[in-house]
Amino acid sequence: MFLRVGALSFEASLILYFAAMLFGFVELLKKSRIAVGLMFFAAGVGFALHTVSIFYRYFAAGHLPITNPHEATSFFAWCIILIFFFLEHRYKVGLLGSFIMPIAFALMVSSALLPKDVRPLSPILQSNWLGVHTFFAFLANASFALAAGVGVMYLVQEHYVKTKHLGDLFQRLPSLQSLDEINYRLITLGFPLFTLAMITGMLWADTAWGSYWRWDPRETWSLITWLIFAIILHARLLRGWRGRKAALLSILGFMSIIIAFAGIKILQKGQHVFL
Amino acid sequence: MRVLVVGLNHKSADVEVREKLAFNGDKLGEGLKRLKALSEVKEAVIVSTCNRVEMYASVEDPARASESIMAFLGDFHGLESASLKRSLYFREDEDAIKHIFRVASSLDSMVVGEPQILGQIKDAFAFGLERKSTGVVLNKLLKKAISVAKRVRTETRIAENAVSISFAAVELAKKIFTDLSNKSVMLLGAGEMAELAAMHLKSSGVREIVVANRTYERGVELANNFGGRPVRFENFRDEMLHSDIILCSTGAPTYVVKKVDVHRIMKERKQKPVFMIDISVPRNIEPAINGLENVYLYDVDDLQGVVDSNMGERKKEAEKAEEIVTEEVETFERWINTLESVPAIVSLREKAEQIKNQELQKLLNKLRLDEKEQKAVEYMAAAIVNKLIHPPTVALKDEMEDRDLLIAVIRKLYDLNGD
Repeated sequence: MFLRVGALSFEASLILYFAAMLFGFVELLKKSRIAVGLMFFAAGVGFALHTVSIFYRYFAAGHLPITNPHEATSFFAWCIILIFFFLEHRYKVGLLGSFIMPIAFALMVSSALLPKDVRPLSPILQSNWLGVHTFFAFLANASFALAAGVGVMYLVQEHYVKTKHLGDLFQRLPSLQSLDEINYRLITLGFPLFTLAMITGMLWADTAWGSYWRWDPRETWSLITWLIFAIILHARLLRGWRGRKAALLSILGFMSIIIAFAGIKILQKGQHVFL
Repeated sequence: MRVLVVGLNHKSADVEVREKLAFNGDKLGEGLKRLKALSEVKEAVIVSTCNRVEMYASVEDPARASESIMAFLGDFHGLESASLKRSLYFREDEDAIKHIFRVASSLDSMVVGEPQILGQIKDAFAFGLERKSTGVVLNKLLKKAISVAKRVRTETRIAENAVSISFAAVELAKKIFTDLSNKSVMLLGAGEMAELAAMHLKSSGVREIVVANRTYERGVELANNFGGRPVRFENFRDEMLHSDIILCSTGAPTYVVKKVDVHRIMKERKQKPVFMIDISVPRNIEPAINGLENVYLYDVDDLQGVVDSNMGERKKEAEKAEEIVTEEVETFERWINTLESVPAIVSLREKAEQIKNQELQKLLNKLRLDEKEQKAVEYMAAAIVNKLIHPPTVALKDEMEDRDLLIAVIRKLYDLNGD
C-alpha cells in the first residue's frame, strides 16, 4: 500500500510531464499564453507528485532512492525540472520549457520501463557517501543537461540570425547573448558540483575498494566529461570560445554524460554498475 | 441613441486639408465645447492627430447631425463646406462603432499596427471626460474601443515586428544582445538611414555612440546631435575593437571594412559578438564577414527583406484583428440596442409596482392581518406582478427587427406615458 501511493504519484507525474511536453510543442509552433500556462501548471503539479513519489521510495528504502536504474533516471529528471524552475524564476527564458520537457519526459519514460523493485543495498553502497556523492553528481548532470538544452536553443537562434530567416520562432526565442550567458552560468554551476562528485567518489572508492582511482569505464567517462567541461570554461576565458562553440561543446558534454550513464550500464563491465 | 463618426484621415484628405482641420492646442477645447453645444449632438469627442481628425458623437438623427457638424467644421476652421465634404467621411451606427474600434486597434493607420494611435484615442477620451462632453454611450464606446485595441494587441502579433529599416536594425540588435545599455555603437559615415538607426539605438539606451566620418567636421556636428563622440575616420579600425554595433554608410565605392581586419579584431575582442549593419550602396562591408563566428552582418537588402516579411506578417495578423473587431462590434450593438428599450421597461415596471402597492394598501386596510399573514400577502402580490411583467420585459430586451414597433405597442397596451 505504502509503495503503491508512491508508484501512483510517479505514474501521474509521468503523464503530467507528457502533457507539459505537448503544451511546450504547441507553444513552439504557435504563440499561445494558454499553452505556456498549461505547460507550467502540468510541469508544476507533475513535479510535486514526482517529489512525493521520491519521498515514498526514500522512506521505503531508508536512503536516497538512486540505487537502481529506475530510481536514478527518475531522480535525474527531477533534478532537471528543479533547475528548470529555478532558471525560469531567475531569467524567464522564453521557450526553454519546450526544449527541456522532452528531455525530462524521455528520462521519465526510460525510468518507467526499468524494473522498480526496491532491493536491499549491496554492502558497498551502504555508506554515507551514497547520498553525498550521488547528490552532487545528479545536480551537476542536470545542470549540464539544461546547458545542452539551452545550447540547442542557441544554435537554432543563431541559425536564424545568420541565415536571415527571421520568422516566428526567431521572434520568440531569447536573444543570443542571453542564451549564451545562461549556458555559461549553467556550466559554471555544474562544473564545481561535478568536481565535488568526483572528489567524494574518489574518497568513497578508497574506503570501499582501497584505491582512489581504478580506471573503470564509468570513472574514465566521468573524467572525459569533466575534461570537456573544463575545456569549455578555460577556452571561454582564454580564447573567447563563446556562442556557437560553447553551445556545441556543451551538447557534446551532455552526450558524454549520457554515455557514462547509460552506455556503461549496457556494457555491464566494471564494478561501478549499480546504476 | 445612435453613434455618428464624422472625420477625415490620410486616405480621404491630403496633408494640406488635414492640417487646416486639425484641432491643435487651444483649438481642441474650444472646438469640443462648440461641437457639444450643437443641438443635434448629445455627446462628443474629438480625435486630432497628424493623420486624422475625427469627431465621435452620440445623436438622435445622424443625417441632421452630420449636416450641422459639417457646418460647424467649415465655420470653425474657415473653410467652405462644399470643399470640406469631399474630404470627409460619415459613418453611422454599426459602421461608426466598427470604425472607432478599427482606429483604436490601429487597423486604419497609415502603418497598420503602429502603437501611438491608442494613446491618442485615450487622450481624446480623457479630454472629453474632463470637459464633460461625453455620456453613457461614448463612455462605454470608448472604453470598449480601448479594450478591443488591447485585445487585438495581445491576441494578434500586429504590432510586434518592425516595419522600417532602422527599426528592424534595432529589433535585430535586441535579438543579438540582451541589454543594449552596455553596448557601444559606431557610426561609420553619415548616411541618413544610418543616422536614423543610430537615433533609435540611442533611445533604446546604448551606452555610447562613436561617429567616424571622412569629413571630420561633419562627424563632429553629427556626434553633437545625439551626444556621441567623434573620432577621425583613419582611426575607425582601432575603435572597432570596442564597438558592438557598427552602422556603416559611407559613400565609398569599395569595401571599407574587410574580413581580414574583422577577423583580427574578433580575436582581440575575445569573440565578443558584433552586429554590423551596412546601409551603403555599393556595400562597404565585405559580405564574407557574415561567415565569421560571432559576427552578424546585415546589408540593406537583408533589412528590407525583414521589413517586407514583417509587413506580410502584419497583414495576416490584421485579418485576425478584423475578426476580433467584428465580434466586438456585435456585442456592442446588442448593448446599445437594449438601451433603447430601457425607458419602456422602466416605466412598465414602475407602473406595475404602483398598481401593486395601491391594491395592497387597500386590501391591508380592510383586513386585519398579523405580521406573518401580511408578509405572505405581500409576497404573493409581488410574485404575481413579477410573473406578469416578466415576458414583456424579456421581449423588450430581445433583439428583433421591429423592436421600435414592439416598444410602441407595449406603451399603448399598458398605457405608459411617453418617456
